[in-house]
Amino acid sequence: MNRQLISYILVAIVLALLPAIGAYPIFVMKVMCYALFACAFNLLLGYTGLLSFGHAAFLGGAAYATGHCLAVWGMPTIVGLLFGTGVAALMGLVMGALAIRRSGIYFAMITLAMAQMVFFFFLQAPFTHGEDGLQGIPRGNLFGLDLSNDLNLYYVVMAIFVAGYAICWRTVNSPFGQVLKAIRENEPRAISLGYNVDNFKLLVFVLSAALAGLAGATKALVFVSATLSDATWQMSGMVILMTLIGGMGTFTGPVLGAFIVVMLENKVGEFGRFLANATGVQWFQVLGESVTIVIGLIFIVCVMAFRRGIVGELVQWRKTRGA
Amino acid sequence: MTAIFGIPIQALFGQLLLGLVNGSFYAVLSLGLAVIFGLLNVINFAHGALYMLGAFIAWMGLQYLGLNYWLMLLIAPVLVGAFGILTERLLIRHLYKLDHLYGLLLTFGLTLLIEGVFRSIYGVSGQPYPTPDLLKGGVNLGFMYLPIYRAWVVVASVIMCLATWFVIEKTRLGAVLRAGTENSKLVEAFGVNVPLVVTLTYGFGVALAGFAGVLAAPIMQVSPLMGSNLIIVVFAVVVIGGMGSIMGSIVTGLGLGVIEGFTKVFWPEASNTVVFIIMVIVLLLRPAGLFGKEK
Repeated sequence: MNRQLISYILVAIVLALLPAIGAYPIFVMKVMCYALFACAFNLLLGYTGLLSFGHAAFLGGAAYATGHCLAVWGMPTIVGLLFGTGVAALMGLVMGALAIRRSGIYFAMITLAMAQMVFFFFLQAPFTHGEDGLQGIPRGNLFGLDLSNDLNLYYVVMAIFVAGYAICWRTVNSPFGQVLKAIRENEPRAISLGYNVDNFKLLVFVLSAALAGLAGATKALVFVSATLSDATWQMSGMVILMTLIGGMGTFTGPVLGAFIVVMLENKVGEFGRFLANATGVQWFQVLGESVTIVIGLIFIVCVMAFRRGIVGELVQWRKTRGA
Repeated sequence: MTAIFGIPIQALFGQLLLGLVNGSFYAVLSLGLAVIFGLLNVINFAHGALYMLGAFIAWMGLQYLGLNYWLMLLIAPVLVGAFGILTERLLIRHLYKLDHLYGLLLTFGLTLLIEGVFRSIYGVSGQPYPTPDLLKGGVNLGFMYLPIYRAWVVVASVIMCLATWFVIEKTRLGAVLRAGTENSKLVEAFGVNVPLVVTLTYGFGVALAGFAGVLAAPIMQVSPLMGSNLIIVVFAVVVIGGMGSIMGSIVTGLGLGVIEGFTKVFWPEASNTVVFIIMVIVLLLRPAGLFGKEK
């Protein structure tokens, strides 16, 4: 436990120093937002065994709510962040209450369909400005810090990410978290032990939605915009991939997965040009325009051969070596 | 000109027919999903992408080889089915022992891959596909103008659905299939080659999606994205109907299409979401779905 704490503190120090050693703050902030999003999602898939295919609704919904709160109502930044998170939690309460009425594969289909409904609502509602999205959201001040400065914002986003990560950690390592794992492993048994499984599922769904919302609200601040793409089913797929590739049911997995996926999105184009130059096959040029091909391939490889994810495989490798 | 609730009757019937056309696609696609899920326990996310593939194969046949609509109506489903059989043998087969969710995730990855490939070649804009000569034009029925091709889509889909129902419920092959759904180990013990039946079932279910794609080609624009938006609505249709009964899938699909058509007339803003709203109501009142059995 102590070793773990020390390594976390080390990681936090490195994270705090990253902008000083030349990392582009916006990029790292983007990774942290997605990492928090994936950690929130992992509470459901990794620790409770529920596959939500609609988490983009919370990310996108919170981004719009925060953006509207700041840009139109002119509220302080902290109110905007809390409002976005609250809206996502409320959406989670409604979607969760409906989705837990069915289990397994139906749960996934229901969350997907509900998120698509939310997407169409955002597409048509006047306050989202349709395809254009909300632009120029003011970042404002937080506790006297001027957030229009990227570096100031960086440390705020880092604090939010660390706090969100800590909440996930605390949740999983609590009696509540033990019941969640029991539900994942054997739901009928958990029921027969006297746990009201539906309440537990709903509570963790709301918590996951709220944290995903916090990620979305933060993302709106970072990019000073909220757009439809945050609420699409492709985004819901992205967060599944982040969790899967890093390792579901592990703590560091989703963070690593988020980093890999964001890197991929940014760098696939360059990689394609490099391949085209190196091999002379011009088709590689189009790779950048169709990140989906690469994402799809990784998805297939992960599901077929790599189900534990990177962190999961590492843990397993250490176990077998130790035994 | 007569009107109902202030809506010209012609517009009303026009939207009703459009709704029926959409409903036909819902019915054929949800039927395929149900048949596949029954035996494989896999929800085939790629169903929408394979529907798109069917439409594209029809378009490519005409564009590059000059093969007409009727030939492609036969060839495209066969090719899509063959592609399905290949993916089942190579990929999906290895996931049967695992949680059902992996099947969904794998087919989701397949969807991204197929869509991505077509997008990188054809972009996102739609390709027009001409209506076959035989089905051009329309008939004036007095109360409405009936485009022949749309009527054909509905009739062809219903015939296809009923034929599927007949094969599964009334023939010996269907009996094996239903028995396999109930208890595949026992059926295998009787000497039936169950893995082969599973493969062929997947191929058939997927071929249905390809068939729907060819039907859709002259009405919808043939575009790489035509399947993914449809498949999510079809998922809602499947949740509403439940996957327990074949007739249930057909009736739910057509019914929801009609409701969607009417919503377009009376409250256009809600026409995109009405199916999802109905799903919510059904989940509240009858969580197992209209025709489903809670396992």
